[in-house]
Amino acid sequence: MTLPVRHFDAVIVGAGGAGMRASLQLAQAGLSVAVLSKVFPTRSHTVAAQGGIGASLGNMSEDHWIWHMYDTIKGSDWLGDQDAIEFMCKAAPKVVYELEHFGMPFDRNADGTIYQRPFGGHSANFGEKPVQRACAVADRTGHALLHTLYQRNVKAQTQFFVEWMALDLVRDADGEVLGVTALEMETGEIVILQGKATIFATGGAGRIFAASTNAFINTGDGLGMTARAGLPLEDMEFWQFHPTGVAGAGVLITEGVRGEGGILLNSQGERFMERYAPNLKDLASRDVVSRSMDQEIKEGRGVGPHKDHVLLKLDHLGPEVIMKRLPSIREIAIKFANVDPIKEPIPVVPTIHYQMGGIPVNIHGQVVAPQGGNPNAVVPGFYAVGECSCVSVHGANRLGTNSLLDLVVFGRATGDFIVGENLKARSHKPLPKDAGEAARERVARLDASKGTERVQDVANTLRKTMQAHCGVFRNQQLLSEGVTRVMELAERAQHVAIGDRSQTFNTARVEALELDNLMETAKATIVSAEARRESRGAQARSDYPTRDDVNWLKHTLWYSEGNRLDYKPVNLTPLTVESFPPKARTY
Amino acid sequence: MTGSPPPADPMPSRADAGDGARAMLDATRLARMRWRCRRGMLENDIVLTRFLDARGTDLDEADARALDALLDLTDGELWDVIAGRSEPADAALATMVAALRAA
Ligand SMILES: Cc1cc2nc3c(=O)[nH]c(=O)nc-3n(C[C@H](O)[C@H](O)[C@H](O)COP(=O)(O)OP(=O)(O)OC[C@H]3O[C@@H](n4cnc5c(N)ncnc54)[C@H](O)[C@@H]3O)c2cc1C
Repeated sequence: MTLPVRHFDAVIVGAGGAGMRASLQLAQAGLSVAVLSKVFPTRSHTVAAQGGIGASLGNMSEDHWIWHMYDTIKGSDWLGDQDAIEFMCKAAPKVVYELEHFGMPFDRNADGTIYQRPFGGHSANFGEKPVQRACAVADRTGHALLHTLYQRNVKAQTQFFVEWMALDLVRDADGEVLGVTALEMETGEIVILQGKATIFATGGAGRIFAASTNAFINTGDGLGMTARAGLPLEDMEFWQFHPTGVAGAGVLITEGVRGEGGILLNSQGERFMERYAPNLKDLASRDVVSRSMDQEIKEGRGVGPHKDHVLLKLDHLGPEVIMKRLPSIREIAIKFANVDPIKEPIPVVPTIHYQMGGIPVNIHGQVVAPQGGNPNAVVPGFYAVGECSCVSVHGANRLGTNSLLDLVVFGRATGDFIVGENLKARSHKPLPKDAGEAARERVARLDASKGTERVQDVANTLRKTMQAHCGVFRNQQLLSEGVTRVMELAERAQHVAIGDRSQTFNTARVEALELDNLMETAKATIVSAEARRESRGAQARSDYPTRDDVNWLKHTLWYSEGNRLDYKPVNLTPLTVESFPPKARTY
Repeated sequence: MTGSPPPADPMPSRADAGDGARAMLDATRLARMRWRCRRGMLENDIVLTRFLDARGTDLDEADARALDALLDLTDGELWDVIAGRSEPADAALATMVAALRAA
């Protein structure tokens, strides 16, 4: 059976900040561009970003891109590639001014320049003192970015395929990527979208953990598709935790609450951060606070019937301060924890927030994989940008505001590179005979399955397992057991069945297909974490508490087939400036 | 955990209404709406899922129209409405807004 085929110059999967920045560059150059999204473009998860986008504009005090570069390398715990980091930090002012010209309504100073707010980890003069580098649109920066890019794309005649779910890559015998198979949710039809370039911009996969700040759509589809195509995923052990997600719900409570004087308490009512960080206490950096909370819970001083969270107390600030400065926090606490923080503390846990690893790419967005001794051989026709990619600018730990920057810088750069490839002069390659067959079979098997497993049961068990075995603090025993459990769950996932076989908006089918992607992402994460015997950035191992540059200054590459691992060197050579050699990461 | 008692039910279950004439939603319409409750902000995802799990099979055409209108809001606007920070311009949506706020 052959599937219907539609042809474009470029096919982009994902309409968040990364996908729409890339599509804009292509559509403006006159290429025909298809952008697929599971949800309406402006409902992509980028909409949730509040804090801002980092760029060394120097509007508040002196600033330089090389200081931003240093902060990013140090933040990455030296796992970031210095060519990519230089490229991003140097380009940052230009892409932010470009967004301003596109009509993004940035907050302003009295003199009309873009206002910039402070953010953790950003400094002047190589760590000397904090610098204000984050450009924001009130607390709706991501929303403003998405709406600005969407309007521009509509004008540039980008073709949106809304409520279409990409299922798998189409590759030919030469290994060239020729597009994707996709499910149109409204009709249930499977179609091949063929492109001369295919770009993944599918965002993060935070839903592999039980406690996550990510929206439900963040299921790692791009990672699953890449892994199933036999390509590696890079540095998947590195996930950033935010210390204060509402227990049981995941919804983020901003750092600002602790800035206003909120404190963390254990089951004994002790302000435990005084023990872990005597100077900064509750205001220590995200990773330090998350680890301390986890330690308290692991040692039995958690709160609640399952002793599985701690408390964020702010009633001592008084109702006026809470109502005036933290109204949205009060709304969140009432809605998602059923407590009024004016009277009672909020139950919180360290919560998964951001995925540093992803599909390995170079600074042109080209997907790369080891081949014939070259660790970074280009996979022809295939590109990735945004949170699903690993370029790698964030290394082992991302700085706040650097993700939105990553989307815009590399979305644009990838677009420019593809424009330079002169796609109009090329014709579409013939598709292999069995193109799309694997995806069609996957859906047919699911529809025909008489298995007894239910998607939600397997997915929820997976999330709990990842949380318990691959959380803030990791050790060999936890991780080894975790790998076994996740592999058992992968087996169970083979036997899921869905009751509903209807064609129109069959959410059960979509969730079953997403489960395949969650599974690949979870395997990549826990297998990579189990093997890395050091602590670096977001990977904190209680049995290997220090960074080990002799053995582990390298990127992990995980392959789905055989759960195989490989490694490649970190690029410590910037494009034009001198290297920043590894040193201790202290703040 | 203690907390305030759950607020009064603004949309009593239709089963009690004894109103056989109401046109209930067909499965396709409901399926489409369920998917459109997938949002970009976790806050909205959670509230909409709670609401649909409790009331999904119990919605009529008028409810669906109201919910559709709310789903057309941007994520930020929708959350502002659910959190009680703003009111929708169209007063006809009040019942649905109250139901979402209670979810
Ligand atoms: C609460 C919160 C606050 C944040 N605040 C900040 C901040 O202030 N500054 C900052 O720099 N970063 C912030 N981040 C991180 C940042 O928002 C994200 O990393 C970034 O928005 C990801 O953008 P993206 O374009 O890669 O993906 P997304 O915006 O997640 O878009 C993914 C797209 O892919 C589509 N898609 C996925 N799978 C498929 C499929 N199978 N078929 C078709 N389409 C598919 C989706 O529909 C969507 O359109 C925050 C994150 C969170 C959770």
